[in-house]
Amino acid sequence: MSSVATRRDTLGANALRPDGIAKVRGEFGFTGDLWHDGMLWGATLRSPHPHARIISIDTTPALLIPGVTAVVTARDVPGQMNYGLIAEDQPVFASDVVRYMGEPVAAVAADHPETCRRALAAIVVEYEVLAPLWDPERAIDGSAEPIHPDGNVFRTQKIVHGDPNARGEVTVEGEYVIGMQDQAFLGTEAALAIPDHDGGGVEVYVATQWLHEDQKQMAKCLNLPAEKVRLTLGGVGGAFGGREDLSLQVHTALLALHTGRPVKMQYGREESFFGHIHRHPAKVWMRHHARRDGTIVNIEARFVFDGGAYASTSSAVLLNGITHTQGPYKCPNASVIGHAVRTNNPPCGAMRGFGVVQACYAHESQMDKLAAALGMSPVDIRVKNAMETGDVMITGQVMDSVAPVVDCIRQTDAIPLPPDMPADPHELELPGGSGLTSDRRHIKRGIGWGVSIKNIMYSEGFDDFSTARCRLSDGVVTLKFATSEVGQGFVTLAPQIARTVLGVDDVIIDTIDTGVGSAGSTSASRQTWMSGGAVKGACMLVQQKLLEHVAREHSVDASSLSVVDTEIVNSAGTLRISVADATRGVSFDETYEHHHRPTEDLDENGQGDCHVAFAFVAHRAVVDVDEELGLVKVVQIATAQDVGVALNPLSVIGQIEGGIAQGLGLAVMEEIIVTEGRVRNPSFTDYLLPTTLDAPVVEARMIEQFEPLSPLGAKGVGEPPCISVTPAIANAIRNATGRVIDRVPVRPQDICL
Amino acid sequence: MSNNEIYTLTVNGETREVRDAWVGESLLYVLRERLGLPGAKGACEQGECGSCTVVIDNRAVCSCLVLAASATGKEIATVEGLNPDGSLTDVQQAFIDEGAVQCGFCTPGLVVAVHGLLERNPHPDELEVKEALSGNICRCTGYGRIFAAVDKVIADRNGGAR
Repeated sequence: MSSVATRRDTLGANALRPDGIAKVRGEFGFTGDLWHDGMLWGATLRSPHPHARIISIDTTPALLIPGVTAVVTARDVPGQMNYGLIAEDQPVFASDVVRYMGEPVAAVAADHPETCRRALAAIVVEYEVLAPLWDPERAIDGSAEPIHPDGNVFRTQKIVHGDPNARGEVTVEGEYVIGMQDQAFLGTEAALAIPDHDGGGVEVYVATQWLHEDQKQMAKCLNLPAEKVRLTLGGVGGAFGGREDLSLQVHTALLALHTGRPVKMQYGREESFFGHIHRHPAKVWMRHHARRDGTIVNIEARFVFDGGAYASTSSAVLLNGITHTQGPYKCPNASVIGHAVRTNNPPCGAMRGFGVVQACYAHESQMDKLAAALGMSPVDIRVKNAMETGDVMITGQVMDSVAPVVDCIRQTDAIPLPPDMPADPHELELPGGSGLTSDRRHIKRGIGWGVSIKNIMYSEGFDDFSTARCRLSDGVVTLKFATSEVGQGFVTLAPQIARTVLGVDDVIIDTIDTGVGSAGSTSASRQTWMSGGAVKGACMLVQQKLLEHVAREHSVDASSLSVVDTEIVNSAGTLRISVADATRGVSFDETYEHHHRPTEDLDENGQGDCHVAFAFVAHRAVVDVDEELGLVKVVQIATAQDVGVALNPLSVIGQIEGGIAQGLGLAVMEEIIVTEGRVRNPSFTDYLLPTTLDAPVVEARMIEQFEPLSPLGAKGVGEPPCISVTPAIANAIRNATGRVIDRVPVRPQDICL
Repeated sequence: MSNNEIYTLTVNGETREVRDAWVGESLLYVLRERLGLPGAKGACEQGECGSCTVVIDNRAVCSCLVLAASATGKEIATVEGLNPDGSLTDVQQAFIDEGAVQCGFCTPGLVVAVHGLLERNPHPDELEVKEALSGNICRCTGYGRIFAAVDKVIADRNGGAR
C-alpha cells in the first residue's frame, strides 16, 4: 500500500478503531451500561427441569413484594406466542410444557436487581416432571414420543454424488464426537426498552447481531407494526453467533409496554449460559475410500446434530455440516446422510464456524488416518487431494472462488517449528501450568495438521442483502447502516471504504439502528463482503453524482473525471479540485443495497448451487502432552489463511488470533457438560476459557489473492481461523501419544486412561 | 431495598457518599449503578474473568467479589481515574495502536491490570506478563495483540529496550 493511502487510512491500511478511545477509557456504552430515568430492572424465571408439564403458575406472591411492578407470563404476550429464526417453534414463555432446563416461564420488573431475584423466588410454579429425551438417536429412530407439536426431527438431508459404490484400495473410518461449546461472549445479554408515551410502540437498545431480524420477530410477538418497534444497537460485548437468536428482546419490551416505564434486563453469567443457543454437539461418522497413491475416491458419512429443544438455525447448521463433508479436498463420489434433531437438551444454533467445525474435525481426523494407512505424511495426503478452483463439489456446485488450498498448506509448512522444550522449563510452560503437576520426563511433543473450507454468506436461496446510505457534504461523509458492530471492526472498515472511494478524510458513522434498511446478520463471515459491498455501492453512487456536479460546474465531460487521492481530476490533466471544495454548499445522499448472487436449495439428493463463496485456511499445531496426567499445552499454531485482499491487516490478524483461541478452547477445554438434559457447569469457574497462559504462539501468514466475486476483492475472515485449528490440535495430541482421540474437547481421560 | 444507611467510599481520590444502598451490594454494582462509574464491567460475578478489575490500596482486585460497604476507608482506583485530564495513558494508547481492542468489554479491566503489573514490576518478562494477566479473560483477540501492546509499553518506558 502506498504511504498516502496509509496516512489517510484508506483500504489496505491498518486503520484504528473509531471506538477505541472510548473503549480503553471505559466510556464506551455497552448495552448493559445504559440507564434511563425511572428505569426498572427486569429478570426472567426459568425452568429448573429439562422436561416438565406446567400445572400452574401463581404470580401473586411476587406482586406483593414492595418494589415489584409487574410479573408477566405467556398470558401477557399480546401477539404471536412463538418465535424463531427459521421455524417459529419457540415460545416467548412456556405455558404448557417446558422443553429445556432454563426455558423462560415468567419475567418480572422491579426497582432493584435484588428485588427481582426475590420476586422470581416468590413465583410458585407447579411442574409435573417428565422424562427428558436426551439421546438424539431416539429422536431419529422415532422411539421417543414427540416432545413438540412439530416433531423431533428438524431436518434430514442426504447428499448422493457420483457413484456411491466407488472403491479404492484403502478404507479408513471413524466416528467422532464434538462437545457443546459456548460462545462465551463477555458482555452478557442486555437490552433497555423505553415505551412510547402513548403505549403504542417501543424503542429498544439491544446487543444483537441483526437488528432487523430482531425487529421482525419482536413485532410479531408484541402485535405491533414493525415501525413501532424501533431498535438501536447498544454496545455489543462480543457475539460469535450467540446473539443471532432472540433472548431477552421480547421480554424486555413486553415489560416496558406492560409497566409504561423503561426496563433494563441484563443476564448474569449463569443465566447467559441458559439464555442463548450453543454450538451443536454432534456425532459424525465418516468412511474414506482412497487409491494406493492417496487419491480420495469416495466418502461416506453420517452426521447427527443435537439441536436441543427448539429449531433455531439447526436446519442450516446441518446443511453446512453435510455440504462440507469433503473438506478442502477433491472428492468425485459421496453418500452422506445428516440429521438435525430435537431433544430436551439446551437449544443449539449459530456459533462461529456454523456446522463446518463439526465436519472439519471429522474429515481432518480421517485425513490423518488415511495418511497413516498409506504411509504418507499428513502434509502430502492433503496436498495430493487439495481442492482447486473449477473442481466440482459433492453438491455438484462448481468451486468458482479463489481456492489457494495448496498455498495455505505450503506456506503453513514453511513456518519454522518452535524450539524444543528446554531440559529445565519454567513450570508455566509445562502442561498444567502453575498446578506444578507435570513432570518433564513424561512430556511428549506432537505435531498435527488441519485444513478447512468455509462457505461465506447465507445459503440455500436466502437473499441476505445489506443496505448502506452515504451522504457527502462539505467534504464530510456520513455513513448510515444497520450492520451490527460486535467487535469485528466494521466501524473501522466502513470509513476506509468511504475514504478510498470518495477522497475524503472525515467520515462519520451515524447511529446503527433500524432507521435504514437491513444489513443482514453479523455472521457467516459476511459483513466485509455484504455491508462492505453496500457501503462501497452507496459511495460509488455519491461519487457519480459528485463527478456529474463537477462536470457541470466546469463544463467538462463527467466520464473524464475521477477521484484521485483527495482530489477530482480530469483525464486531460487540466482540472484539479479538492473533494472538499467541490462539495462546498452542495450535498449528495444515496442509498444502495448489495445483494450477492442467488443460490439454490439442495434437491433430494443434496445437489444444488447452495453456497455463495468459500474461504480456506491451514493450521499446524505443536503441542506438549503429559501422557501420565493427560494434560496438554498448545505451544504454537502456524497458519496461512486465504483472505482475498486484506483490507485492514491489523484487523485480519486480530480475527485470526482470536479465532485460533476459540478453536483451541474447543480442542482441549471448552465444553458445556449436559447429562440427561441438565447443564452441569454454567459458570466461568467450571466452563474453562483460554487465558493468557493457554494462548499459544501464533505464526500467521495471509494468502492475498483478489477474489473477483467479492465487491472489494476480500473474503470474510472471521470463521476460518477457528475451524481447522481444533483438529490440528487433536491430531497433534494423537501424534504425540498414539491415542485414538476421537472426541473434542480432548479430556485428560482421553489421553491417560 | 434500602436500609437508609450512608457510607462513604474513596474512589479515584474523591470521597463519594453511598446513600440508600442495600448493604449486600458489591463494589462493582455500587461503582456502576450508584456512583456513575461504569468502566468496570461485570461478566462472570465469580472473580474468574477480570472484567471488573479495580485497584484497592494498590492491589488489583475483582470488584464483583468485594462488598462495597467493606471498602470504606480504602483507596479505590478505577479505569476512569487513570487519566483525569482526559488524555490517554501509554497503556491505553498502545491498546489502540496495537489492535488489542475488539469488542472492548475486557479492555478496561485489562488496562487497569496492565498498569498494576507495570507499577509492581517495570521489567516483566514474557511469562510474568502472561501470569499477571491470566486472570483477565479476553474472548475476542486470542491475546496476541494484547501482548503486543504490553510489549510496546515496556519498550517505550525503557527507552526502546524491554
